[in-house]
Amino acid sequence: MDEPEIYARLATIFENVFDEETIQLSPELSANDVEGWDSLTHIRLMLTIEKAFRTKFSTSDIGNLKNVGDLVALIKART
Amino acid sequence: MNPLYVELQWLPRAAANFSQRLKDLPNSQGPLGTEIQSLARSFLDLNQLTKLAKFIDRARNAHKSLEPLTPFRLAVISNSTVDLIVPALVGSAARRGIALEVIQSSYDQVAQEALIPDSKVNTSNADAVLFALDYRALPLRISLGDREASSATVQGVIEYLDVLRKGIEENSKAVCIFQTLAPPVEPIFGNLDGTLPGTLRNLIDCINRELNDFVIGSGCVLLDVAALAGTVGLADWHNPHLWNLAKFPFSDELIPLYSDHVARTLAAIRGKSGKVLVLDLDNTLWSGVIGDDGMEGIQVAQGDSRGEAHLAVQRLALDLRQRGIVLAVSSKNTDAVAREPFLKHPDMLLKLDHIAVFQANWEDKATNIKAIAEELSLGLDTLVFLDDNPMERGLIRELLPQVAVPELPDDPAYYARTLAAGGYFETVAFVTEDLKRAGLYQDNAKRTSLQKQVGGVDAYLASLDMTISFSPFNATGRARIVQLINKSNQYNLTTRRYTDPEIAAAENDPSVFTLQTRLSDLFGDNGMISVVICRPGAPGTWEIDTWLMSCRVLGRKVEHMVLREIVDQARAADIAELVGIYKPTERNRIVADHYPKLGFARTFEGALGETRWSLLVDEAKLENVPMRILSEGFRRDEANQRV
Repeated sequence: MDEPEIYARLATIFENVFDEETIQLSPELSANDVEGWDSLTHIRLMLTIEKAFRTKFSTSDIGNLKNVGDLVALIKART
Repeated sequence: MNPLYVELQWLPRAAANFSQRLKDLPNSQGPLGTEIQSLARSFLDLNQLTKLAKFIDRARNAHKSLEPLTPFRLAVISNSTVDLIVPALVGSAARRGIALEVIQSSYDQVAQEALIPDSKVNTSNADAVLFALDYRALPLRISLGDREASSATVQGVIEYLDVLRKGIEENSKAVCIFQTLAPPVEPIFGNLDGTLPGTLRNLIDCINRELNDFVIGSGCVLLDVAALAGTVGLADWHNPHLWNLAKFPFSDELIPLYSDHVARTLAAIRGKSGKVLVLDLDNTLWSGVIGDDGMEGIQVAQGDSRGEAHLAVQRLALDLRQRGIVLAVSSKNTDAVAREPFLKHPDMLLKLDHIAVFQANWEDKATNIKAIAEELSLGLDTLVFLDDNPMERGLIRELLPQVAVPELPDDPAYYARTLAAGGYFETVAFVTEDLKRAGLYQDNAKRTSLQKQVGGVDAYLASLDMTISFSPFNATGRARIVQLINKSNQYNLTTRRYTDPEIAAAENDPSVFTLQTRLSDLFGDNGMISVVICRPGAPGTWEIDTWLMSCRVLGRKVEHMVLREIVDQARAADIAELVGIYKPTERNRIVADHYPKLGFARTFEGALGETRWSLLVDEAKLENVPMRILSEGFRRDEANQRV
């Protein structure tokens, strides 16, 4: 899957998971930038992404993510 | 995972624009609580439940009224991570009419929260405390083969739970909800894990059994998680990855299901359970349409796969009745025709004296179900309506939103299971009086009179996006045309039977007008729903030799649209008058007023009840019904004459 498509699908997922209207996804975006993106919401986000992209992430996969750019790279590698 | 349970398939799917509808809620007409409940009545995934919960919390914090939802404060004590479950509880409770506020205690502080008088839970003024404990929270000592030690362990657990219960009782007025335990999946022995005293599985089985006595004896409430986990499968219930990652007690995919079960339990505590099961008849309690197929044609026998599926529904209804649920019938049929299987069919399990109110007529089901509720002096929110027809389900959901209407799958074999899975009749206690309740309504299959029609039926029908398609008979439709001509008995004006060659001849005879009608709507294609044959009579007239309709689409004014098409085609063929014929039979009394309803004037009545009717094409007052019309295949020559 190419990156524009991943970003597009992630945009919908972020809308579903977070309360904020529209979150502008950029590679630098991280949990610090989004209200409500705490550790448990992060788990909910990752579970939603796993189901949407039909993949599973390991604990170490998730542990190494620092921003949306890392996330997109991980999804690209797994799909 | 089994989608019936994971996706709560007894609930309709959520609208695609759920988030937008949630945002628009404050601007809607009805009370906020009603709108919230309406949104919650679809299947919502974890993210949607969380959004709904946040909305409810914000509304409460802004002191907005959540009426008519019943407020309920629930404290949750757990040894596991329940942070993602808590919002799902709030969203799911709204489905059952409850505005839930959850007090979440600190992680794995079970004894502290229960016993310390000024703990968060004990100072929360909760209505109930849910002890969401799994087997890892309890002092379980493995003692393989040692019956005495195993018994002591089990007693120890019950005593521990009783200590927790006393802590709550001494410090608050909350009722305690205890869960049975889902055993782990991994066997140590295999065959002996269940029966050898002192294994983990055996200890858990014994505890679950003792829990039942403990809960009943102490006035607590039981949430049977063991049964729920067993239903979906222990291997799907337990998720080692999520336990290891964040101490989730069970798979995240089962959070909506678990939450719905908690919500049912809270609703039952508040007395908000289903009390009445209203049953459709055709293709719900038996396979087939009694009006068209007759007693010989419906399937309800053991040994017939379709019959067995519907018998299972009857059996479930009888079992529910035995525990105090009242049964009623709402069917679009002539009353005497609908009652016949109950009286005479040898394979029916349900008899008329199992049914408290029996409404079989041609009025809309919303008006009928409202009348049933009034007859029983029970609120609409205690009714559950089972119907295979998605159009009827949609009608009741739209016009009587307080009535619970489960979705049903395509395969009737799963009807009984789906109704049961919906948990509409969940209760917290059973007393012997319940056994007699159904009988108290004096099951005499009472027929109650209808008052004013429930408003909105026409608007609902207009929203169905119906398309009606007209064409002459053709080779593709012939088999179905012949079938309908030979098996229709109820909505059949003359009951003339024709063979395949006779119909082929009519197709090709330019003096004969033939019409096949199909109807589709939002819910799908209803197939061929009417057959008409007009033959030349006196010059300038058509005699309507055959007019039949499928009972499935009655009440939608389809006959008016069919007449409109006949009139159009008659005009194009220079026909000035339509002559209608009614030949009464035992089965077609319902069409005695078909022609007068359509504006025909009676011209003749015979000794045996046969009537003839006349409509002048130019004077026809045609009712227009909102639907798309397709008319194809009627050939015209240059002068627009029918060829």
